[in-house]
Amino acid sequence: MNGANLLVKALETEGVRYVFGYPGVSICPFFDALHSSEIKPVLMRGEQSAGHAANGYARAGKTVGVCAVSSGPGATNLITAIATAFADSIPLICITGQVPIEQIGSDMFQEADILGAAESFVKYSYAVRTAKDIPRIVKEAFHIASTGRKGPVLIDFPVDVQNMEGGAFTEYGTVNLRTYKPTLKGHAVQIKKVLKVLQDAKRPILCVGGGVISSGAEEAVTTFAEKYNLPVVSTMMGIGVMKTDHPLYMGMVGNNGKKYANKAMNESDLLIMVGARVADRAVSQPDLITKDKILVHIDIDPAEIGKNAGPSIPIVGDAKLIFDELNKAELTCDFKDWSDRLIRYSKTREGNLQSTVKFVDPNLLVKTVSELLPEDGIYIADVGQNQIYSASNYIYKGGMYFTSGGMGTMGYSLPASVGAFYARPSLPIVCAIGDGAMQMVLSELGRIKEDQPNLKIIIMNNKNLGMIREYQHNHYDNRYTMVDLGDIPDYSLIAKAYGISYKRIKTNKELKNLEAVFADKAPWVIEVSVDSDAFCVN
Amino acid sequence: MKRIYSVWVENRSGVLCKVAGLFSRRSYNIDSLTVGETHDKTISSMTILSSGTSHTLEQIEKQLNKKLDVIKVRTFSEEQAILREVILLKIKYTSDQRREIMEICEFLKAEIVDATTTHMIITLCDTPDRIEKLLSMVRKFNIVEISRTGTLAMPKCGDGE
Repeated sequence: MNGANLLVKALETEGVRYVFGYPGVSICPFFDALHSSEIKPVLMRGEQSAGHAANGYARAGKTVGVCAVSSGPGATNLITAIATAFADSIPLICITGQVPIEQIGSDMFQEADILGAAESFVKYSYAVRTAKDIPRIVKEAFHIASTGRKGPVLIDFPVDVQNMEGGAFTEYGTVNLRTYKPTLKGHAVQIKKVLKVLQDAKRPILCVGGGVISSGAEEAVTTFAEKYNLPVVSTMMGIGVMKTDHPLYMGMVGNNGKKYANKAMNESDLLIMVGARVADRAVSQPDLITKDKILVHIDIDPAEIGKNAGPSIPIVGDAKLIFDELNKAELTCDFKDWSDRLIRYSKTREGNLQSTVKFVDPNLLVKTVSELLPEDGIYIADVGQNQIYSASNYIYKGGMYFTSGGMGTMGYSLPASVGAFYARPSLPIVCAIGDGAMQMVLSELGRIKEDQPNLKIIIMNNKNLGMIREYQHNHYDNRYTMVDLGDIPDYSLIAKAYGISYKRIKTNKELKNLEAVFADKAPWVIEVSVDSDAFCVN
Repeated sequence: MKRIYSVWVENRSGVLCKVAGLFSRRSYNIDSLTVGETHDKTISSMTILSSGTSHTLEQIEKQLNKKLDVIKVRTFSEEQAILREVILLKIKYTSDQRREIMEICEFLKAEIVDATTTHMIITLCDTPDRIEKLLSMVRKFNIVEISRTGTLAMPKCGDGE
């Protein structure tokens, strides 16, 4: 069996069903080998999209996403998607074609040192040098990508090795890497310490991040909060841990979060941070979260603990396992008075969002859309003002919510929606995107036309790069530059060109027309006019 | 604050680049770095001297441990380890300087390993402090070339070892 066939067999053994990709000469043997496999190749309209689609697939399917592209520019085009997955700890296997081994280093046509270029964005990378190594490499790669702090693993696969004879396929046994043994179980002594400080606390609060979703600890964390009436806030990546209407949930913290959620976090005397890396957007002043309070930091990555704020009690491990342990305890404390006080206060702040009179109020738009999206629906927010409007107003009812949180990659949402569709084809999906990002990924409408997902693409069109315009308004005294996109293109014609249904919403009143659109299971492009002077940061 | 990291890594191509890349990507200092094989052919040993705040030095250790090609990281202060460095020094000299250079070499137990009537090469294997001492004493001569290995380190023998 040649290297390409061995790779296909190894992927089949890992349960892979789809490979998102873009071809080129250096990866042709692999795609050719897929002819004889149940694994379906999905042709995206660019390599970066292939990476984001694998990302959406991984998140929606709670599995590992696989993408494959060619050498040189194909591989370098994938880097942004790799970095996006790395920043959000999404498990991906990224396969890149490479020039023949003998030619590596000769600056051959379409040769790029992708291993070197992507080094700081991958959890690990492999250079395949002989076909018989493939079963081991693939087994290890899936293990590394999907355990510990998840992330992308790159496999660089020279074209001659794809054609090289590698013998019959035998599945590689158990992975045993002497350099990789992630700590999953929380240290019993540390867990006891947490319970002790919780028992003694007056104003404790729980802050949940993406790590909770990644470890599948949503229920365990919610149970813990409910047990003691602990108020809960989340980072942007933590949206989707608790339902928005949960009486203990206060919303998102951070620069763009709810002021009352930040205030609650700062006023607490015990902050339990779970699966969140205390990043600058979530915690603008790390000293505040350690001031006059005990900080408990639970994370699977020991390097995240103490990186941005020194915790009093660090616990390294998997959030699900740690909360299962914490839930075994029966403490006598109850924080109902404290959480009630916070909720009462937060209620008085609701409705403070500034609304715009011109066109459609984006806050109202997100609320309306999230009400129309069924409970199990998937909402994918892009990057920019749409991301903030989404995070602030999205009503999470139990489905899934994705966004490019760490890297903030524009154009993430549409290809990620394609990936989400392949993972969960029966679920309705909303892709909320600005007109700037939409123009980066317009070509994926071709993929969407072919697949006919139940996808509603909400383009918040303010004819501007709104987030930067807002930034220039705030920090550059309204000296707007490089943000005006003009009244181009005509999205009705774009939708028509791709054969996709189109709807225009120009006023708040017209939002009611979305009901009929959402009743249809076909994909729709919904262009929503938004005032370029509507600012999302309140 | 200075810190020594003795890092065992997989002896594979590209690993040095990954470790060095980690330092540059996160703006950590490398004061010196040496690499060589160990008793086990599959393992290379890197000795890295770094300096920074205690927070940075702790982060370096964590980030090194996170790298999948890193087998083991040991970290210690200069006092806790035996340190050695080798220097090669080429000096251009005149006949009236020769006596003084030889006396310095004798004093610091440095060796003259090559010489002509105008040039000589001095070598010394000693602690980084003593290497600096040698350098400061010969600096007044005409130094043509210097080559240093960087610091090698090994933690001192423990009682239970």
